[in-house]
Amino acid sequence: MNYNWNWGVLFEEQYLNWLISGFGWTISVALSAWCIAIVIGSLVGVGKTVPNKIVRGICATYVEIFRNVPLLVQMFIWYFAVPEMLPEDWGRWMKRDLPNPEFVTAVVALGLYTASRIAEQVRAGIETVPPGLSAAATAHGLSTAQTYRYVLLPISFRIIVPPLTSEFLTVFKNSSLALTIGLLELTAQSQQIAEYTFQGFEAFTAATVIYVCIALVATILMQVLEKYTRIPGYVGKEA
Amino acid sequence: MTDFDFNVIWSSLPFLWQGLQLSLLLTLLSIIGGIVLGTLLALARLSGIAPLAIVAATYVNLIRSVPLILVIFWFYFLVPLALGRPIGGFYSALIAFVLFEAAYYSEIMRAGIQSVKRGQVHAGQSTGLSYWQIQRYVVLPQAFRNMVPILVTQGIILFQDTSLVFVVSLRDFMTASSIVARTEGRLVEMYLFAALVYFVICFSGSMLVRSLKSRMAT
Repeated sequence: MNYNWNWGVLFEEQYLNWLISGFGWTISVALSAWCIAIVIGSLVGVGKTVPNKIVRGICATYVEIFRNVPLLVQMFIWYFAVPEMLPEDWGRWMKRDLPNPEFVTAVVALGLYTASRIAEQVRAGIETVPPGLSAAATAHGLSTAQTYRYVLLPISFRIIVPPLTSEFLTVFKNSSLALTIGLLELTAQSQQIAEYTFQGFEAFTAATVIYVCIALVATILMQVLEKYTRIPGYVGKEA
Repeated sequence: MTDFDFNVIWSSLPFLWQGLQLSLLLTLLSIIGGIVLGTLLALARLSGIAPLAIVAATYVNLIRSVPLILVIFWFYFLVPLALGRPIGGFYSALIAFVLFEAAYYSEIMRAGIQSVKRGQVHAGQSTGLSYWQIQRYVVLPQAFRNMVPILVTQGIILFQDTSLVFVVSLRDFMTASSIVARTEGRLVEMYLFAALVYFVICFSGSMLVRSLKSRMAT
């Protein structure tokens, strides 16, 4: 194996800036998409458990569509196909005037995709609440909305914190797909450094180390959250 | 709104079919390789031999914290360098997928192995079976059986993941669709068609998982 090691390349100003900027984009895409995903995922997940059949059908369809099409294809549809399918004025606006189109598209695509996965967790969380509790709520004269607000949601959101940790990690990894529509996030920048300098080993190692650090920090944050939200005696470690 | 022209799909069908075959082949080989390597990793983690368990755990956690695209770039760069000659995009991609998916399969197999009751292992030991015989005849067959639905689900995810070979221009279904989309100038039709094909395959797969689950529950 002939290879000229040169770790110094990572600290040359130009390439270091590339890495920092890539890191910034990865974090901003992932966190923005996560916000969309939590809001829509919660709504859709709740929608899958309500008594109304039409709402349940719509939410189930949403989950099936977004889960069964690869994220890459969704990314391309949002970026290339949606502007063509909208009325002409809107399409022109998306192609010409939308600020930061790659970033916005990546956030929307990743957010809506992740929402379908979060929706499944939310639904599962609501379904693990013992049926006696909602029966008790009904017996107390609570309406359906009140039952969700005061009984089902507070419990289920605390139950699903651990499974959400892995979704939270996944959103950072999946943000790398933004490079396919031209956003220079961390993976794209490391690839670019590899191409410019022929120091692939160093460039990819740098990206790998940064991703591992992101995963560690995200895991620690979620564990802190888990500690504060754990319901005593409800979802213990051995449960 | 542009006029749709779905003839472009019809005329490029043979080309797309070649791409889909490559996607399916890559999926199949990666599932097999991933399960074999994943099972070995799971056995290493549960072996009780500390260095082995630590190495396997480090590998799994490392792979699980980096994106697949980065792993694909790694192996496109590393494999030719390590072998001293290029071996073609398909094999580089295959190696990347097997090594990547093995980490996920090993977590599934670990759960599967742990779902087999300890008494089964003890019974195997008292009948005089060796460690490998116990794994081969007692533990793994039951672990596989318990995990079949999750293994299939992971297979569906893997099939979706193969679309990422797009980043190295390997001609799978996704890359083929995108080539047709660009050369014919029919982005909308081609990407919607690609979405439909992936949807039909993955949705059928998840229906299969559902029926497997209900059959196992009874």
